[in-house]
Amino acid sequence: MSIEYLGLSQINGPLVVLEGVRGAAYDEIVEFTIDGNEKRLGRIIEDYEDKAVIQVFEGTDGMSLTNTHTVLTGRPMELAVSPEILGRTFDGIGRPIDGLGPVRAEARVNVNGLPLNPCRREYPRNYINTGFSAIDGLTTLIRGQKLPIFSGNGLPHNELAAQLVQQASLGSDSDEKFAVIFAAMGVKHDDAEYFRRTFEESGVSDHVTMFLNLANDPVVERLITPKVALTAAEFLAFEKGMHILVIMTDITSYCEAMREVSSSKGEIPSRKGYPGYLYSDLASLYERAGLVAGQKGSVTQIPILTMPNDDITHPIPDLTGYITEGQIVLDRALQSKGIYPPISVLPSLSRLMKDGIGEGYTREDHQAVANQLFSSYAKVADIRSLASVIGEDELSETDKKYLAFGNAFEQKFVGQTEAENRSVTETLDIGWKLLGILPKSELDRIDSKMLEKYYKGSRKSPGDAKR
Amino acid sequence: MAEKTGVIYGINGPVIYMKDAVGFKMAEMVYVGHEKLVGEVISVSGNMTSVQVYEETGGLVPGETVVGTGAPLAITLGPGILNGIFDGIERPLDEIAKRSGKFIARGVSVNSLDVERKWDTKIKVKAGDHISGGTVIAETQETASILHRSMVPPDISDAVVLSVVPDGSYTVNDTIVRAELPDGSVRELALAQKWPIRVPRPTAKRLPASEPLVTGQRILDTLFPIARGGTAAIPGGFGTGKTMTQHSIAKFSNANVIIYIGCGERGNEMTEVLEDFSKLEDPQTGNKLMARTALIANTSNMPVAAREASIYTGITLAEYYRDMGYDVAIMADSTSRWAEALRELSGRMEEMPAEEGFPAYLASRLAAFYERAGQMKTLGGEVGSVSIIGAVSPQGGDFSEPVTMNTKRFVRCFWGLDKALAYARHYPAINWMESYSEYVRDLGPWYRDHVDRRFMEDRAEITAILSTEDKLMETVRLIGSDVLPDDQKLLLEIARVIRQGFLQQNAFHEEDRNVPLKKQFLMMETILYLYSRSKELIAAGHPMSVLMRESIFEKIIAIKYDVPNAKPELFDEYRKEIDAFCARVVERNG
Repeated sequence: MSIEYLGLSQINGPLVVLEGVRGAAYDEIVEFTIDGNEKRLGRIIEDYEDKAVIQVFEGTDGMSLTNTHTVLTGRPMELAVSPEILGRTFDGIGRPIDGLGPVRAEARVNVNGLPLNPCRREYPRNYINTGFSAIDGLTTLIRGQKLPIFSGNGLPHNELAAQLVQQASLGSDSDEKFAVIFAAMGVKHDDAEYFRRTFEESGVSDHVTMFLNLANDPVVERLITPKVALTAAEFLAFEKGMHILVIMTDITSYCEAMREVSSSKGEIPSRKGYPGYLYSDLASLYERAGLVAGQKGSVTQIPILTMPNDDITHPIPDLTGYITEGQIVLDRALQSKGIYPPISVLPSLSRLMKDGIGEGYTREDHQAVANQLFSSYAKVADIRSLASVIGEDELSETDKKYLAFGNAFEQKFVGQTEAENRSVTETLDIGWKLLGILPKSELDRIDSKMLEKYYKGSRKSPGDAKR
Repeated sequence: MAEKTGVIYGINGPVIYMKDAVGFKMAEMVYVGHEKLVGEVISVSGNMTSVQVYEETGGLVPGETVVGTGAPLAITLGPGILNGIFDGIERPLDEIAKRSGKFIARGVSVNSLDVERKWDTKIKVKAGDHISGGTVIAETQETASILHRSMVPPDISDAVVLSVVPDGSYTVNDTIVRAELPDGSVRELALAQKWPIRVPRPTAKRLPASEPLVTGQRILDTLFPIARGGTAAIPGGFGTGKTMTQHSIAKFSNANVIIYIGCGERGNEMTEVLEDFSKLEDPQTGNKLMARTALIANTSNMPVAAREASIYTGITLAEYYRDMGYDVAIMADSTSRWAEALRELSGRMEEMPAEEGFPAYLASRLAAFYERAGQMKTLGGEVGSVSIIGAVSPQGGDFSEPVTMNTKRFVRCFWGLDKALAYARHYPAINWMESYSEYVRDLGPWYRDHVDRRFMEDRAEITAILSTEDKLMETVRLIGSDVLPDDQKLLLEIARVIRQGFLQQNAFHEEDRNVPLKKQFLMMETILYLYSRSKELIAAGHPMSVLMRESIFEKIIAIKYDVPNAKPELFDEYRKEIDAFCARVVERNG
């Protein structure tokens, strides 16, 4: 039944135009045969009565107007899913590249996915202990959340993500079925290798599925990689009841691929040349995180993006922040102070935190401590800039205490060693110890009962002695 | 009417083109392809008609038919809207879930309102009555909070009732009233009616703003009040608390009906609203909040064309309840996503872009939307209002981008959220120097009559202290606060009390999340009393350092937690304590 079309009428970057086609469906996958042997896949992105604009996943190198045969598959992009994909490695569009042969499909699923019905969602409340004070204490990760890491080139986002996977997976409820889907879009070979090795060393690699589109792989393939990965994640989570953590890196490469295709299509650009639908497109990825009411599994996403030039107002981090439920921001200044993980706590945020902490989840004082730490640390920044003008010696006694608090906070609370896995109780106790540096009257975010119970001021502070 | 049909020529994302399809009207609703996807005509030219499709277009094939309905995109209005959650074109999401499970499939055809459910109906007209648009023909108790008044559609005037059914149980589509129009034709009226979403429902008269929409949020009610029928914008970068502010207003404001539009936002947020509002009590009536709420959820991963429509669907629902004489408040979260949907569709149509890729008609569309707010005298003679509170998500948190700039032109309240405040976890992170409300003057008399005659003076004093603080802080940032004279130190301290004790409000604290106007006023009074008494002490030569040794300032800050909303008499104690504090200072310092 399938007609083979000979030749193309135009090739432009990653796009080709095929004229004279009949009955092609929008978003359908086509198969090209080049010079009679090489096979490639493409997707119809504009569809008219007699012609179709097709985006070629593997790129158009080597294609000419005459050497290409095209067949319509009659199907959208699909992924063969089965629990067997755990422990396997695939390329950016879901073909096995680990030499272990094809996957026996339990089902074939459209990778574009469908929106999750808001009235069938369950609001995420179950927190995940990551072992990082800065995350557990101040930007708690919740199962079913999408919490991106905003990083920059050269910052240790990979280390952070890898450690997070190890510590989160080996937490208290390791008896539940847990798996990691790793989607790499345009990442360096070494980075992918680093993740593979870390997963192997920590003994989780049989629970990891990797979809790799490396930096030198075709650009357009990248546009499909996260969709394929999330399709696999949704299958394992919602059909097999597993808890899936999806790590997607690097969203910036993904967006750049989108910009490239958009400009080849001659679309009207909006900000910085990115297409107007960048927000909708990113949302179609991020919104695939979540929980379904009455079902066991969950999809938690940790997308990693490198902010171009460390600029948080760049369209990619900006639009991401509007969709995701918070963000963890890494900071170059902390990195140069030698603090690991260099999490800049003020711009970091977890929107779901408020419902997943406190009594019954972590500890009753969690929210109050977090608020107070944020608020006091925000003040430190002001006092530091004042100190840089008038000198530290001229500061008032209270201000000096704030400086001491700020430094201790960065070193002892945010900073920890690469193997350290702190419990929430430890994290909160460190928090109280640090707040003890400040006089009690400065702690305006904690109500009096809580202060009474937990506050242990440093005895020798002169401000308190007068009371 | 003969059905118009056309054939798909081309498909580009959510937009499809038809060649040589004459006869389609602008804004006509159409069904696209064999799955009958809902769409709307957005441009008509000699040889090409464009349609935006409210569902995913993947899998459509050129050559499939497009069927016109002859009518503009309209939604069904009737009992059963409240306590419901709908997508951007009023399809109930729980019905969709029953058909297609946890994911929203394509082409699911469901009725907007439950057509089988029978409503206990009281008929309000009898044979021989003269009725016109807006006349109430029947009443049903829609939810515990809201009595639903079914009205004659606005396009009918001077009709005579031929027959009515007796009181009893009827579905939304059962004929309950037959009426003869002046031209002799007969119209059958039911509990439900249809209305095109892009056309404002007519009213008798626009009334000036006279009463505030009380939100229970101190910084809003006291400093930047919004009137019933008013418009407000909440712009802010991500994480500054737009959604939290809207949730608080939706929960605690004294509107009768809330329409919450989740336009291109997070799925989990809609789930949260649905869960929370089904549990929380409405402070006005004691019923569940959902009994006065309808949710429009068009999350960011749902089709972009329906996102564009969701704003209009929401405001049409609001106008419908306004026409019954209710005060309705709309939360639109976020209007930027709606503007971006316009941009996306405009880009697909290859229109000439204006600023930052947005179409040139962005401003006029925004204006048309916000102008649908207002306090109105309805056709039925009641007074009702629609207030719009629109969140704006400026790109990069920069208020000079086109959506924020244009919104600012058409709203009268501007509640600008501030990243620095949000970073310091000062919530609501509304920047008191940048925000404004043009309603202050209009509402002054109301506050004087209904709260206290000194309310507006106190408010002015509070704003004056805050703006002086802002100026002083410039100095402090350069040379520190130690060098300031004592009276200025005192002002800074009082400003701190105002910021922490008054402006900051804890949305999770039982007492603090919703504060009645009376307590707001007494809090201001107490803070200002402390200020005037302390000023006397400073003037008498007592140094600030002595005043600071007391914990009175902290105590006043804690009023928001320590004085229950229901016990305003406790404020007298605080007054006495301030007096005692002054006496102690004088005594100790000679």
